[in-house]
Formats: sequence, C-alpha cells, structure tokens
Amino acid sequence: MPNNKMIEIRWHGRGGQGAKTASMLLAEAAMDAGKFIQAFPEYGPERAGAPMKSYTRVSDEKIDVHCNVANPDYVVVIDPTLLNSEPITEGMKEDGILLVNTSMTPDEVRKKVNLTGGKVYTVDASKIAEETLGRPMPNTPMVGALIGATHVIDDKALRSKISHKFLGKLGQKGVDMNFAAVERAITEVKGE
Amino acid sequence: MSTATIKKIKKALTGNEAGAEAMRQIDPDVAAVFPITPQTELMHAFAAFVADGKVGTELVTVESEHSAMSATVGAAAAGARAMTATSANGLALMWEIVNICSAMRLPVVMPVINRAISGPLNIHCDHSDMMGSRDTGWIQIFSENSQEEYDNIIQAVRIAENPNVLLPVMVGSDGFIISHALETVEIYEDAEVKEFVGEYTPDRTLLNTGKPMTYGPLDLQDYYMEHKMAEHNAIHNAGKVILEIGKEFGKKFGTEYGFFDTYKMEDAEYAIICIGSTAGTTRVVVDKMRAEGKKVGLIKIRVFRPFPFKELAEAVKNLKGLAVLDRADTFGGRGGPLYIEMKSALSDVKEKPVTRNFIYGLGGRDINTTDIETIYNQIEETVKTGKGAESFSYFGVRGDV
Repeated sequence: MPNNKMIEIRWHGRGGQGAKTASMLLAEAAMDAGKFIQAFPEYGPERAGAPMKSYTRVSDEKIDVHCNVANPDYVVVIDPTLLNSEPITEGMKEDGILLVNTSMTPDEVRKKVNLTGGKVYTVDASKIAEETLGRPMPNTPMVGALIGATHVIDDKALRSKISHKFLGKLGQKGVDMNFAAVERAITEVKGE
Repeated sequence: MSTATIKKIKKALTGNEAGAEAMRQIDPDVAAVFPITPQTELMHAFAAFVADGKVGTELVTVESEHSAMSATVGAAAAGARAMTATSANGLALMWEIVNICSAMRLPVVMPVINRAISGPLNIHCDHSDMMGSRDTGWIQIFSENSQEEYDNIIQAVRIAENPNVLLPVMVGSDGFIISHALETVEIYEDAEVKEFVGEYTPDRTLLNTGKPMTYGPLDLQDYYMEHKMAEHNAIHNAGKVILEIGKEFGKKFGTEYGFFDTYKMEDAEYAIICIGSTAGTTRVVVDKMRAEGKKVGLIKIRVFRPFPFKELAEAVKNLKGLAVLDRADTFGGRGGPLYIEMKSALSDVKEKPVTRNFIYGLGGRDINTTDIETIYNQIEETVKTGKGAESFSYFGVRGDV
C-alpha cells in the first residue's frame, strides 16, 4: 500500500454471510498494523439473504470523511450470485481491483460483469471455507484473499487479530482452522 | 506539556462502544435502559459491563423511554449520578420528563444517538430528535465522531454537576454513521478519567434527611417564573463552565474543546457551518478546495445549547458567504434550526456575510464530498449573483417535491 493514501473498500454480500464482519475484521487488523481505520455496513431493512454492502477505509492518516464509499479502490464480492443482480463495479476506480468468491477464472468474471479497466482476482472461498472451517462461511478466507491480492496490510496482522479475537470463543483449534482458511485463500487467489 | 504523561489506548470501536466505554469509566450510580435503534448497542455494551461486574451501576431495565427518564430523574433527585441514553422516538416519548429533569436542576447525562423522528418511519441519522428538544433547558453538545462522543460524555458529567450549572446534558452523535461505524478511538486510562470526572457529592438530595428538601412540588403564579428565570440564567451561565472544562480536558488529555471548532477560517471568504459527522467530510473538501486556491473554511458546532451567538457572529462576520447546513427542519420557520440561530446571531452585526440555508441528509441520506463542494460553489455563486441569498431550501432531493 502506497504511503499517505487512503484505500477504500466496498464489500458485497448477502445478509448473514459475514460481509460486515469481514469489513470490520480487516479494519481491526489494519489498526493493529498501525493504520487509521473505518468500517461500516450500509444498513437497510436487515434480512438474511438480502444483498447488502459494507465498507472499509484504511489510511496512514486520521480519517475525517464520513460518507459512503463512492469510488472504491477494491470491490470484494462474497456471494457470486450478486454478479447477476447488483451493480458490482459501479464507481470502481480505473485502476481498482475486483475480487470475487467464485470458481470462475478472473477472465470469465471480467466478461460477465463487462469490466474494461482494473484488475480481477478470483478465489473459491466457499470451497476453502467448507474444507477448512467445515461450514460455508467464506468471509474470513475472503479477507485473506484480499490481503493476498492487494497486500493492503501484512497478513501477519490478520493472523494476530484472528488469534486475539477468536481464541476465547473458538479455542486454539478454531483459530488454527481460520489460519488454514486464510493461508489457502492467500495461496489460491488468482489474478489476471 | 502535561499531556505527555497521559497514556492513550488506541482501540477500534463503534460510536456506541465508545459511548459505553465512557459510561464504564464514569461508572454512574444508576442507569435506566430501554432499547431503541440506533442507541440499543450502547446500553447493550454497558449492560454487559454491569453483568461482568466492571461497574457498580444499578441498571434499571424499564418498560419505555418515558419510564427511563422518570427512573433517571428519581435516582438523580435521590442524589445518584444517573444516566440513560436514547434516540429519536425514544427521546420524543420521554419529552415530558426531559423538561422536568432540567427544571428540577438534575445533572443527568444522556447520550443521544441522533436519528430521524418518525414519520415516515426511518431509523437513520438526522438531528430532528435533539432539535425537537432544543428548548427543554438541557445543555446540548454534538459530536463529529466516536472520539468526540467519548470525550464529550466524559466532559458532560463535569459540566452537568458543576454547582454553577446543575443542568442535564445531552451528548449527540450521528446514528449509524458514527454509532455503527468502527473507527480508531483513543481511550484514556480508567484512573485518569475517574480523576477528571471526580466524585459526585450533591449539595441537596431527596434522601438527605439531615437537610430536608422538596423536589417537584406544585409551583404556581407565585414562584414558577422565578424558578424558570433561575433555569434561564443557569443555562446562559453554563457557557463559561463548558469552556473551562473544555480547557481542563485539553490540558489533561490533549484535545481542547470549545463551543465550536474552526478550520481554515483565518482568511476564508466562504464557509460552511454544520453539525456532526458532516463536519469531517467537509474538512476533506476544504483541504481539496484550498489546494485549488479557493479560500474556504469550516465551522463545526459543538455546543448548540447554550447557543454561542456572540462568538459565532464574531467568527463569521468577515466572510463573503456562509452556507448553513441543517440536518433538521423547523417546518414553517425560517429554515433549519441552526440557520435561524445564525440569522439571529448575525442580526447584531453591521457588515455581514451573505447567508444561505441548506437542509440536507434527513433520514440518513448520504452527503458526500461532491455534495459539499457543490454547496461551497453555490454559496460563492449566490454571493456573486445575489441569487438565493438569505434563502432556505432542501439540498439533494429529486426533482420538485
């Protein structure tokens, strides 16, 4: 991440898939890594399964701005079915990054969403989640994949945040499972 | 500087968590709680502190906001340091007792997580809740972000309990935009906050049988006006105390607070004055436009009651144009509540800027940097052409409504 620059991230998910948690987990890890942060969901009528957005801002300087992210540097899509219905690439910066949880290749995604600029990454985070966490919760591996694709923060900061946050609730075994999910996401995320 | 010795603990907190953290450190004797979006998580987090034994607070779970304020008033009259928190319709429902609280001169502190008053039904941010209780005799302080919310709640206890004030204080912060957003907040050590807040030793309480007192009796033509005048004087005199405590806070914790905050106003020709989180977004725009050579500035209101009209008139009088942003309407008045106050403040000034009122962001409608830049450009245009001068209108609505 370049110095003195604010990175703005928009997360697309469905209610209950953990997009809000992912946006906040990344922010918390970034704060531990010395960054200033902001993370907030766009609240509408909250229904499980309904499309929702969440945002993360990561900066080297204090963050004053308090509006929604209109021109994200990175767009993360946690549920690939949203590619059919939501304006996923709306406002995305010219040199932005689109990361999708899917078994498709980046090229296939690019064609599907008619993206001309930017860079596309994909990772099958749902499969990774099934195989490492034992349930289809792709949000933690998606945070890992985003770090793998963009290096927005060091992955060590994410690991230490996961350890700190989940140890009490999930025990060392649960932490290790999340570590494995992050590890695989970082390795398996593919760019163009 | 003495601040060098103060340890600050950086945390990623939502506004509601920051508010709860302030309450944990204040450790009030009594807190009355009733859930309402978007305030719910604040008291939820605080109730967890109570359950975990982190505070000694008597938590009273009531059946409505009317009861929440009633329980708070009862506890405060009995001599307790008492708090509650609410939003929008909750504040509306407690309105009867809100007035009684200030009239009884009870130093209650209440975070208000600002939300649109229904209807239509809306859970998102605007300032109609606190503006609707602007004339209730409470001191009203607004926060830009979670840090200010935390800092303001801590200071509010000192302001309220000051023997020269003895008035309740509302601390506002923007619902969802702040209450549900995770931000970097610097928390001070418990001991430092406790030392700043101090012990509460009220002079007169209902339960002090050695010094019998009556609270809330019938007060008719003979004394009602004298009591209202005392209240009137108290809130006008509170300004001095608010400034003293803001200074003392700055000395101890590093950030000094006043009635309002100015940004690049020294040589500004055009300025925006606004309340709450929008001020942060505006600061970003000021930097951008300054880099382009435009002389723009910002005034962020912190204290709305008592309204610092003299100081504000002084701060804006040399401008060419002033855009006043209101996140609430007065429906039939001369624009939003801040605009009316600013017009009134400027009536004492001979040479004054052209003003224009923009009512924006009702029910949580997003206001972004492009919008703010448009407003700066519009006020400049208004000054140059005279079009729209001294007018009030909605900003950011679709078509003609």
